[in-house]
Amino acid sequence: MSDFEKFKDKLIKAKSSQEVETIRAEIFGKNGLINLEFKKIGSLPQEDRKKVSSEINNIKQELTKLINEAAAKLLDSEINKQVEREIDDVTLPEKDFKIGKIHPVSQVIDEISSIFSEIGFSVEEGPDIETEYYNFTALNTPENHPAKDMHDTFYIEENMKTLLRTHTSPVQVRTMLKGKPPFKIIAPGRTYRSDSDQTHTPMFHQLEGLHIDKNITMGHLKGCLNYFVKEFFEVDKIKMRFRPSHFPFTEPSAEVDIGYRIENNKIVIGEGDKWLEILGCGMVHPNVLKNSKIDSNKYQGFAFGIGIDRLAMLKYGINDLRSFFECDYRWLNYYGFDPLDVPTNYRGLSK
Amino acid sequence: MKFTIDWLKDHLKTNKTEAQIIEKLNNTGLEVEHVESLKNELSDFVIAKIIKAKKHPNADRLKLCHVDIGQKELVKVVCGGPNAKDELLTIYAPPGSTIPKNNMKLEVSKIRGETSYGMLCSESELNLSDESEGIVELNQNYKTKIGKSYFKNSLENIIELSITPNRPDCLGIRGIARDLSASGYGKLIDNKNIKIKKFGKHTLKVKIEKSKNQACSIFGSCLIKNIKNKESPDWLKKRILSLGLRPISAVVDITNYVMFDLNRPLHAYDVDKIKKGIIVRNSKKGESFKALDNKEYNLDDNMCVISDHEGVLGLGGVIGGTRSGTELNTKNILLESAYFDPEITRKTAKKLQLNSDAKFRFERGIDPNSIQIGLERASEMIVKICGGEVSKLDIQSTKKIKINKILFDPSLASKTIGIKIKTNEIIKILEDLGFKIKKKRKILKVEIPTWRPDVYGQIDLVEEIIRIKGFDKIQSVEPEKKRLKPTLDFFQRHFHLAQRSVATKGYLETITWSFTDEKNNNSFRENKEEVKIINPISSDLNVLRSSLYPNLILFLKKNLDRGFENQSLFEIGPSFIGKKPGQQITIICGIRKENLLNIYDIKKDVVKTLVELGIGKNETKINTKTPSYYHPGRSGSIITKNNNKLLAYFGQIHPKIIDNTYGFEIFLENLVKYKSQNKKDKPTITFSDYQKSERDFAFVVQKNFQAQELIEIISNVDKSLIKNVKIFDVYEGKNIPTDKKSIALKVTIQSDFKTLNEIDLNEVSQKIISNVEDKASAKLRS
Repeated sequence: MSDFEKFKDKLIKAKSSQEVETIRAEIFGKNGLINLEFKKIGSLPQEDRKKVSSEINNIKQELTKLINEAAAKLLDSEINKQVEREIDDVTLPEKDFKIGKIHPVSQVIDEISSIFSEIGFSVEEGPDIETEYYNFTALNTPENHPAKDMHDTFYIEENMKTLLRTHTSPVQVRTMLKGKPPFKIIAPGRTYRSDSDQTHTPMFHQLEGLHIDKNITMGHLKGCLNYFVKEFFEVDKIKMRFRPSHFPFTEPSAEVDIGYRIENNKIVIGEGDKWLEILGCGMVHPNVLKNSKIDSNKYQGFAFGIGIDRLAMLKYGINDLRSFFECDYRWLNYYGFDPLDVPTNYRGLSK
Repeated sequence: MKFTIDWLKDHLKTNKTEAQIIEKLNNTGLEVEHVESLKNELSDFVIAKIIKAKKHPNADRLKLCHVDIGQKELVKVVCGGPNAKDELLTIYAPPGSTIPKNNMKLEVSKIRGETSYGMLCSESELNLSDESEGIVELNQNYKTKIGKSYFKNSLENIIELSITPNRPDCLGIRGIARDLSASGYGKLIDNKNIKIKKFGKHTLKVKIEKSKNQACSIFGSCLIKNIKNKESPDWLKKRILSLGLRPISAVVDITNYVMFDLNRPLHAYDVDKIKKGIIVRNSKKGESFKALDNKEYNLDDNMCVISDHEGVLGLGGVIGGTRSGTELNTKNILLESAYFDPEITRKTAKKLQLNSDAKFRFERGIDPNSIQIGLERASEMIVKICGGEVSKLDIQSTKKIKINKILFDPSLASKTIGIKIKTNEIIKILEDLGFKIKKKRKILKVEIPTWRPDVYGQIDLVEEIIRIKGFDKIQSVEPEKKRLKPTLDFFQRHFHLAQRSVATKGYLETITWSFTDEKNNNSFRENKEEVKIINPISSDLNVLRSSLYPNLILFLKKNLDRGFENQSLFEIGPSFIGKKPGQQITIICGIRKENLLNIYDIKKDVVKTLVELGIGKNETKINTKTPSYYHPGRSGSIITKNNNKLLAYFGQIHPKIIDNTYGFEIFLENLVKYKSQNKKDKPTITFSDYQKSERDFAFVVQKNFQAQELIEIISNVDKSLIKNVKIFDVYEGKNIPTDKKSIALKVTIQSDFKTLNEIDLNEVSQKIISNVEDKASAKLRS
């Protein structure tokens, strides 16, 4: 059994895991020490066999433990040595990656949709090419009315019967015609007016809202828009005023202004003594309900129209409307949003 | 519509301040667009006299003027006004002052080598009028005021309102006063009884011809004889200037004054230039006349003209003509006060592209009952300023003035607005606005004043009530959170997912115009209908896009010019396939330009997007049929296996369009339709824990043989055992015939029921080899 002591000594002196593995083979291999000892058992007298074999087993266990320990220790130190040699300059740049971006208008549409979703609105859409009827007539804007002067229209057909929609309001009529009240919808989309200067682009984005039910009053309109503006600008309090105005398709009509002030050349929303117009709204005109086959004696409600681009400009401090559509790589990168930054109510609208 | 508080007070007795009035106007629906303060900016502008005007030594069109500005020394000013001459009285702007028209701040500067200290101004530069031809010429009355501020006496703020098209009554200052008074901001002053002596009969015959579409239904007029037309007195000029108009002569200024004061357009004719009498009739095609804007207009059929026996004098309700225009030496005038139909007037003006203050009012609807007061008011002023004798009024009319009445249930107000409003309060508001009311039990019989053509239904009265009561009185109702249906439908959910899915692959989202250049569009239109815009904003945006590529490529190129060589852009939006509403489809289109990019990069982007949108790779196949704007050998279509629905194109954009650029298009409607038709619940899955084996093969196939088919053949050998087939190499070249290629692939074999032994695996391998050799005319590469 002194051989075992010899092996113990060898193990302690072993300098590499390879040496340890050699020792392991010498002890446990086919012709290793242990096997040899076991083979010897056959020649022992019957009464000694049990005792010897249990002794060998004990030694076997002890040696296994010792070998494993030695192996682990050596492996550790070998890895440590290897790691010591492996020094990379971690200040070198990472591998290239590209970050895509979501356009601010898309982001703001998602924000607005998320806000209105919370109070039960669903999203509807309508076609970009519209008929004169849906864009004007059904919306109580007769032919040859001065109200039309505010809509410089692009026409698709010489007879002026089809056109590019000048607002998202036709979606109101389309939605009501294909369903039954109550209605509680928003409709974002592209809109077009033949107008191009510092503050106008021939294409822009609007969001229409419509809520029709049995007893929807101007109080609901006010509450709804109040809620929206506060949520959108992510403030607790906002200075807001409803100013009477005129749209052919709502009556009474109002424009909504929010208070603001200029601080260090930046616009601060919600307070201050200046007013900024942000949307138009009103109670849906009985003629529009009639054209949409809704009984205005039973149902009534409100509608509103929001300029999406303008809200995006205000919230995110973008100065030039035209830049939205110029696709400048730098602009898209700078003002765009990370695609994983999905505005939701529970995670918050903006980060 | 511009006015001053001073003028407003002619009609409104009020002790409210300007700021209070402005706030109230906003709150009643008369939006204050702008308050123009003339005070500080303009006090710098002084009355000056040119002592000597010489030609500029280095410029033919410029003059070098020595100007007396009331100080010891003359100043030297370079002036471009052709009318600059010795002794001229004019207005001088010193260095440091700001020119109102363009907000330019003046500095001492050298103009063609001569130093100019300040400048001499035109009326247009001072926003006095549009006159920009020469510098201001002041009359001799200003001779004693040299060096004094020109604007000293007109320091009132000018308030500019943006009047909505439904409120023609507020295109006159009296209307504004009436609204303020109804809102409790003062007392409307009664129109004074106008007392003018009327001398004799109206001797000029006026006739309204009866015809279809006759726009004129009332034509009132009077003659004023022996007047002495002249420059208007200062107070009148000041008011005319505050409207943003240019004073012309007393007669013209007075007609303008009454138009803005009472919203009553008038026109004055020089009677001596009228042949025999006035005929109001419809024009005949080919007639023409020279209007007061000095342009010649060729008329169509059926435009309302005021004519005499010689021809057209003017366009009714739109503009007068030069032939019968009044001048300073006019002795006898005919004053017209008429009613023209809004719609016909608008049509005429639109056809001729003519705009005027009168037209702006008539197309919105003028009070037909203001004919007489207009004539009287103007006559009174003319006689006072120019002398003369006024004839009796002559009022021709073809229709009785209709008085509109509405039966109004006052409970509608509370029902719409959401707060209780008492009937008495309703009656008071409406009466203060000029409505006449008779109460019949619970219903009100409301007579609409003739100056309010916009009010014709009950809801219009509700609007009147709440706008005067104040929108701030409406009580906000907290929104209910009840949802009627899901926020987004199935399609919309895919839209949003697709948008963000593409962006996560490094693409920047753009929004480009829905219109594009016809020529660029044609490269992508294929056989789709061209959708032209009749009146495009510019000739390079004259068709609706048939594809998202033309604009994306245009902007990609612009960014290349900016020095960005690696770009990935995408857009999600409409592409148009016809001229009717709804003939549009939604496309997600991405383009990439990078060094060392190849077809498999773009394929990865599009396939991964499809997978993220829920289209499994095994549900689709690729074919090589693509539109002509793709590189024919480097592009493919992704179609569904079960019904050949086109989901996407991908590939290199044809090099004749742009070099080295790759792109993809995903057709969202197709995708969503396929998905909704093939909706399947995910089956419960069991995972096999038995040993997985991999076997590699290399097959030599024809060069044009598609890898996709090879995978298909192998997968079909034994669907229960073959779990995956992955190509890891394609080789052409040495040791392979030139018309062939070698495809190397790894097949994963696994049973769900047992561990496969060598015999089982060999059996599968043999089956794979024989199937491939058989169906793909391939050879196992040894």
